Formats: sequence, structure tokens, C-alpha cells
Amino acid sequence: MRFMMLMIPGGYEKAAPGTMPDPKAVEAMMKYNEELQKAGVLLALDGLHPPSTGARVSFPNGKAVVSDGPFAEAKEVIGGYWMIQVKSREEAIEWAKRCPGAPKEVVELRQVMEMEDFSEDVKKAAAGFTELKEKAALQGA
Amino acid sequence: MTATEAHRAIDAVWRIESAKLIAGLARMVRDVGLAEDLAQESLVAALEQWPESGIPDNPGAWLMATAKRRAIDHFRRGQMLDRKHEELGREYEVREQAVPDFDTALDDEIGDDLLRLIFTACHPVLSTEARVALTLRLLGGLTTDEIARAFLVPEPTVAQRIVRAKRTLAEAHVPYEVPRGAELGARLSAVLQVIYLIFNEGYSATAGDDWMRPGLCEDALRLGRIVAELMPQEPEVHGLAALMEIQASRSRARTGAAGEPVLLLEQDRSRWDHLLIRRGLAALERAEKLGGAPGPYVLQAAIAACHARAVRAEETDWVRIAALYAELGRIAPSPVVELNRAVAVGLAFGAAAGLAVVDELRSEPTLKGYHLLPSVRGDLLAKLGRLDEARTELELAASLTRNVREREMLMEKMRKCKEGSGIRCGVSRGCSCPGRSG
Repeated sequence: MRFMMLMIPGGYEKAAPGTMPDPKAVEAMMKYNEELQKAGVLLALDGLHPPSTGARVSFPNGKAVVSDGPFAEAKEVIGGYWMIQVKSREEAIEWAKRCPGAPKEVVELRQVMEMEDFSEDVKKAAAGFTELKEKAALQGA
Repeated sequence: MTATEAHRAIDAVWRIESAKLIAGLARMVRDVGLAEDLAQESLVAALEQWPESGIPDNPGAWLMATAKRRAIDHFRRGQMLDRKHEELGREYEVREQAVPDFDTALDDEIGDDLLRLIFTACHPVLSTEARVALTLRLLGGLTTDEIARAFLVPEPTVAQRIVRAKRTLAEAHVPYEVPRGAELGARLSAVLQVIYLIFNEGYSATAGDDWMRPGLCEDALRLGRIVAELMPQEPEVHGLAALMEIQASRSRARTGAAGEPVLLLEQDRSRWDHLLIRRGLAALERAEKLGGAPGPYVLQAAIAACHARAVRAEETDWVRIAALYAELGRIAPSPVVELNRAVAVGLAFGAAAGLAVVDELRSEPTLKGYHLLPSVRGDLLAKLGRLDEARTELELAASLTRNVREREMLMEKMRKCKEGSGIRCGVSRGCSCPGRSG
């Protein structure tokens, strides 16, 4: 099964554009990433710029409304993620526990939905979505 | 934490730590069998203590410290009097070495130990079955029961296989080391072969009702990724990783709603896993960047990549695939590769051209009893409209396969031939090469 480990760094919701993590923390994180890679569990990972350079698109009346970051109302924002392949939820937790997290950081674990997890109706509706994903992936490749 | 929760958490720790633990212990006691016993003893201790005390902060170091204490006890008891002198030396060695702290231990050291363990588990002195069982057990962290279930054999059979394998290694005095120089190439091939064998057993089960056992594929992929990080300078290691990533990317599309196999060319490509495809293509690129003449895994990965890159089945570059199979047949001649080439030639240059290649193989003794020969021949004959001959071949193929799902598929094709409606043929499955169903 696949899990996404979401890094939620406290205070990142207010971080200024171009905010960079402490080199020391990066070093520890790189070692951790390497550990995941060497164990054969890491599938993908990315770090995200702070929300101050991002945007949110909401749909209050079914119509898109764009607001630029930072987002005053946001209490938690994502700073990055890892995608891992593990045998159990416990294994995902064990890996997350090894993350060299700082006191204000939280790692949230979320299992990736597989097509098998969906009901037949949803599978049907999702067929178009997987095609889209394929096109996106091909453009990215 | 309830006992069940604790046990599940310990299972997870074991899966992460066991290979490193056994690998490190084996270096100290110079005996893989003893190292595994000691590691098991530390696991038993964890199962006894952790539900009460909670999981320690550094569970790997805890297990190692416990196992080392057991090692010292073991040598003190002098259970192996005939090797007393050697043991005293070992005891000293065990005592002298500080408990390795997994955080500060040099990654290189752990990596070297893991490599030693892999090469030992896949040592040519062992039978293939023993290598597979030992690799899954020592490197994959699987229990004997898990291995038995994965391979549909009784647990005592696997247990016995492992006991015998350990004894064979001890009796043959197999050194705990990574082979060097000229020996390395052949020994590395043996390692890769074991990993790919595990993958294939999961990918196209040779027996049983299901035609895939994804758990085994995942175990093999994990092993392949580990070895790729341990030996980044070896192109074939990346070739195997690429091959498995790309093949695994099709898992979801290979099975229909009723559990029946779906052949490569008939698969819904939107169901392929594009994360794995990207990983596979990246691994292939890594292999190709290292240069040199491509080895068998790099070539097979290149073939798999041709399929992965084709958005629709009709866009497949069969001419290139046929050429890659020819190259593969040149460096690793095999009737099975030739059979795959026949399929590619049939699709690149027409069924008649493919049939000509297949017909060359009909007298091949090693393919006698191999269901894919009549299966491929049947497909090609059907395409040429020679339906009666096609039906005979498909019937033969159905009688030869051991997989229930595949037999059903062949019977279905036969029925279509009987109706005279012809069949839309895909590439046959099950060969060691990826030009097959998926």
C-alpha cells in the first residue's frame, strides 16, 4: 500500500516568499530521504514553496474565486510530501517517526486510494480522471 | 497500546530493521544461520518486552544490542566446543565492538553488510529455491509462513529449505563477503536472477487460481530498489529495477473485472501506474548513462519502455522491439526470447513473418511442453485465417498451462476460432521477457 506523508511545518502559513529551511535541517532531512530511498520504500518526494507565493481558488457560489497567498484563515499548510510504498499502516507510521522533525512540524500520514477502494459508480466516474492523469504524466515525462 | 497493536508495530520495525540486523550480526559471528537465530531471539525479546515498555526510540539499536548480548551468551555457553578457539576470538570480537548506533554508523558499513548478506543468500552453492527462500527471509524480512503462502507450498517445506540452506552455507564455508573482480559479474547475475524470479512468481503465478500475487512483486521491487542504491555503478542493477517498475506499472490493467488476464495490447492504458512508469524510465536512463553494451536486463527494460511510451497499443514501435529482442537473443540466446521475437516480428512485419520465426522453434526440445509456443502459434495462425490449425494449437496450449485463469482465456480464444469469428490477438504472456501480456 502507498502512503503520502505530508509535512506540515508550523508557521509556514505565514512564511515570506522565498523562505528557505535551515541548512542544518535540510542536511538531516536529506539523510532521512536517503534512508527511505536505500530501504526501497521511497517512490517520490517534493518540497513546496510557502503559500505566500501560492494562490487559492475557492467556489463559494459554485463560481471560482481566486485569492492570493498568504491565506489568513489557514492554520496548517503543507510544506512538502513523500510518497512511500509499505506493507502496513504501522510501517508507514514507523517511517514517519524517523523523520527528523522540528518541534513545530507535523507529519500527517494518509493512505493513497486505490481504484479497488472505490465503489462501482465512482470507478465509472473516475475513468475519465485516470485518462487525464495519463495525459498529464505523458506531458510531464 | 494493546498487545495486537504492539505486535503490528513490532512487525513493522522488523520489516525495516531485520535485514540490517542480520547483516551486521553475520559480520560479527561469521555465520549467517547463527546471525539469523540471534536476530530472531532479539525479536522474541521485543515481543515480550515492548508491549509493556513501549517501542524504544531507536528500535534498531535495541534489537542489535539484545542480539549481541545473546551472541555473547551463546559463545559463553560454548555450544560449539569443536570450534572453541575460533569462538573465543569471536567472543572477543563481539565484545570489542561497540553497539552500533544506527544513526551514526557509517552508511557504507551497513550497505556493505547488506551486500554481503545478499550475495551470501544468493550463493551458487544453494539451489534456486533455497536462494529465493533465503533472500525473502533474510533480506525481505518475510516469515517462513509468508514465504510458504506466497509460493503456495506447505510451511514446513519452506522451513526445511531455509534450515538446509543455512547448513549448506556453513558446511561449504561460504565466506561472508562481496565477490570481487571477475567473479562479481556472474555472482551479480545470480542475485538479479533471484530477485526477478520472485517478481515473476508474483507477476504471473505459475500455479494457483489467481494469476498475480502483488505482494511478491512489491517485495521484489523493494529488493531491486535496495540493490540499485547499494550498487549504483552497475547498469544491470538499474536495468532490472527499470524492468520491474515498468512491468509493475501495468498490474492494475492486467486483470479484468472477473479476475481474468488482460493481454498487454488489450489493456486500458489509462490504468497503468504512471508514477512507476516514470520511475522505470528514470532507472533505464540511469543504466544507459553508465554506458557499455547493454546487458539482458537493460535490453528487457528497453523493450518494456517501448510499450510504456506508446500511448495507444497501435503506436507501439514493434520494429524497435523486434530489433531489441534480436539483440537480446544475441547476448543471451534462448528459445523463449526467440518466441518473443516472433511475436514482435509478427506485429512489425506481418503474421506470416512471425509464423516463420515460430516454426523454426517447433523442433526446439526445451520448448516441448511449454504452453506459450502453441499459444503464440495459435494466435498467428488465427490471424492468417487458418482457424482449424489455430484451434488445435490453442487447445494444446490450454492443456499445458498450469494457471487456471490462463486456461480459461485460451479456451475462450478456441471457442472464437470454432465460431470462425477469428480473434483479436494480444501478445502472449508468461515469458521471461516483457513483450508478453503485461
